[in-house]
Amino acid sequence: MSDSRAAILARLSKSLAHEAAAEAPEIVQRIEAHVRGPQPQWEASPRERFLNKLEKVVGTWAEVASKENIAQAVADYLAAQNLAKSLAVAPHPLLDSVDWPAGFRAERRRAVGEDRVSLAVAFCAIAETGSLVLLAGPDSPTTLNFLPDDFLCVLPTNRIVPRMEDAWALLREERGTMPRATNIVTGPSRTADVEQTIHLGAHGPRRLHVLLLQGGA
Amino acid sequence: MKPTSHAFSNNAHRALHDKTLQQALAKAGVGFVDKRRAAIDGLPEFQALRQAGKRIKDHTLANLDHYLLRFEAQVQASGGQVHWAETPEQACVAVLDICRNANAKMVAKGKSMVGEEIAVNDALEAAGFEVVETDLGEYIIQIAHEPPSHIIAPAVHKTRGQIAELFEKLHHQPGLTRPLETVPQIVDEARQVLREKFLASDVGITGANFLIAETGSTVIVTNEGNGDLSATLPRVHIVLASIEKVVPNLEDAAVLLRLLARSATGQEITSYTTFFTGPRRADDPDGPEQFHVVLVDNGRSRMLGGDYHEMLRCIRCGACLNHCPVYSAVGGHAYGWVYPGPMGAVLTPLMVGLQEGRPLPNASTLCGRCEEVCPMSIPLPRMLREHRRQEFARRLTPPRARWALAAWAYFARRPELYRQASRIAIKLLNLLAGGNGRFRSMLFAQAWTAARDLPAPQGDTFMAQWKQRRKP
Repeated sequence: MSDSRAAILARLSKSLAHEAAAEAPEIVQRIEAHVRGPQPQWEASPRERFLNKLEKVVGTWAEVASKENIAQAVADYLAAQNLAKSLAVAPHPLLDSVDWPAGFRAERRRAVGEDRVSLAVAFCAIAETGSLVLLAGPDSPTTLNFLPDDFLCVLPTNRIVPRMEDAWALLREERGTMPRATNIVTGPSRTADVEQTIHLGAHGPRRLHVLLLQGGA
Repeated sequence: MKPTSHAFSNNAHRALHDKTLQQALAKAGVGFVDKRRAAIDGLPEFQALRQAGKRIKDHTLANLDHYLLRFEAQVQASGGQVHWAETPEQACVAVLDICRNANAKMVAKGKSMVGEEIAVNDALEAAGFEVVETDLGEYIIQIAHEPPSHIIAPAVHKTRGQIAELFEKLHHQPGLTRPLETVPQIVDEARQVLREKFLASDVGITGANFLIAETGSTVIVTNEGNGDLSATLPRVHIVLASIEKVVPNLEDAAVLLRLLARSATGQEITSYTTFFTGPRRADDPDGPEQFHVVLVDNGRSRMLGGDYHEMLRCIRCGACLNHCPVYSAVGGHAYGWVYPGPMGAVLTPLMVGLQEGRPLPNASTLCGRCEEVCPMSIPLPRMLREHRRQEFARRLTPPRARWALAAWAYFARRPELYRQASRIAIKLLNLLAGGNGRFRSMLFAQAWTAARDLPAPQGDTFMAQWKQRRKP
């Protein structure tokens, strides 16, 4: 296999008339400059834009006044959807103090095939497209975002950034490196593979519900 | 798969007379075109983004060796492995080795056009692995034993009835029947069946829309979430990616993502856009233990710097297919290999040989719509003409066409002779048309006259008319 590596690189380098180098100054500079392309513009505030775009992709949302109200907001959603009071919850510090009412089975873990409902916390959200950004890690198992039918996600309002490039800036500032998976989630799962007819809930969640947490985390 | 591109003419004939296919194509075509139009009208910055996207790709291609090395170093730094493959065979060997080393039995596959290109499913099945396509469209064509007919909507040629029939045959045990009439019923059926496969798979294979040199990440965009499940649940994640997919950094990906979804499905962004970077970390509660990237060349390094260099900018959005009058009429299977439409007519002869792919560059009116809608401004018509030029130069053109072209070239290079000959031909044809002004059938032109009349030339040659009018 190393022969193919050498052969491919040799052909490329010959055609480009230079010597291949992972540290070539022209690319290191180009990578590290983090220059942004043309930035789409709009009038609305990041919050307004985010909610508007989220609704366009059939995501739903509810306002939550404080951390103490998260359990109630989840209970309201489950009742409205007529779902059992059982869910997989991300081991995220923001959810440590959530006091689940009697009769709730809320387990702090990754999701498994049988889970119907999950609750996680977004790293941030992108207003431009109404997207949530979730970073895989001990406090945010990726399976929660994809396996259950109903995916509930807490989003502190001060974590809504205008564009994807702002999310990258935040990621570099707060984390430094990329997690195993960076999920940009925009609405529930969908497919148009049968006669170009859009149907929600192909393999991932059928419904996406955002709990908009006032103020900060 | 064994290409049948050489038989394009027969394939196209069959497709034009296939009523079910024509129904499916009619349904699909308009939808894609309208949705893209609306998405682009909704973003005033689209043209600026398009230019920026082209600059990103041009810059990356001009430093492709550097960026690939950088990408490789970053994948390794995050705990992943990179495998280089010059040929489809080498790529398949790399995948098989990884699967064997992992003692795998079942492989869940997300949609990958490079996977189709290297025929990885055939290789895996021949080696005794069970492979399940998990993108709904890919799953449908897998169980129908057909190749994809569109690069982003692989089962676009299938009607609801045909899909229901396939599921009925394959899934339904006696005594266990779920209704399979509506689109939701069909999608739910696939969801239930494939969910079991995801959970039982040892290896997940996905493609990559972009590779990020800065971070060693691979990017996929999906709407179903199948790619993410394939990359999260199994113990091993293999990414199949061709070498031109690399871009410098995350900001570059942001530019290209804005172009990709709009050009492909008319969405602003797909439901899921995911950046994978290495295997699960020590304290991660889920994710694969191994992360492999197989970098596939398959002729691309030879395209760099040559006549087809600009094709390496392609981001596989499918807009050129959706806007092509030929693709819209005959569908993807007529092209006889993995990539159909204008981009396929450029790539196929490069990957399976001009001898086999010869008819594809000729099956175009060169109307230019593909280049117009291409988010990467790839001069597809110019490259189709280049294929035709090389076809002629390498004497692959059939003798009759060669003689006709040679005869025409002889006259075209001798203007006075050309005019005289035209004059005679006009008179002769007018005489033969017998005052009708048209031919119902004509020798050597049956392909034309079978479906329509051939008009007889009117009046005199252009040059003669020009002289006439310039006289005071």
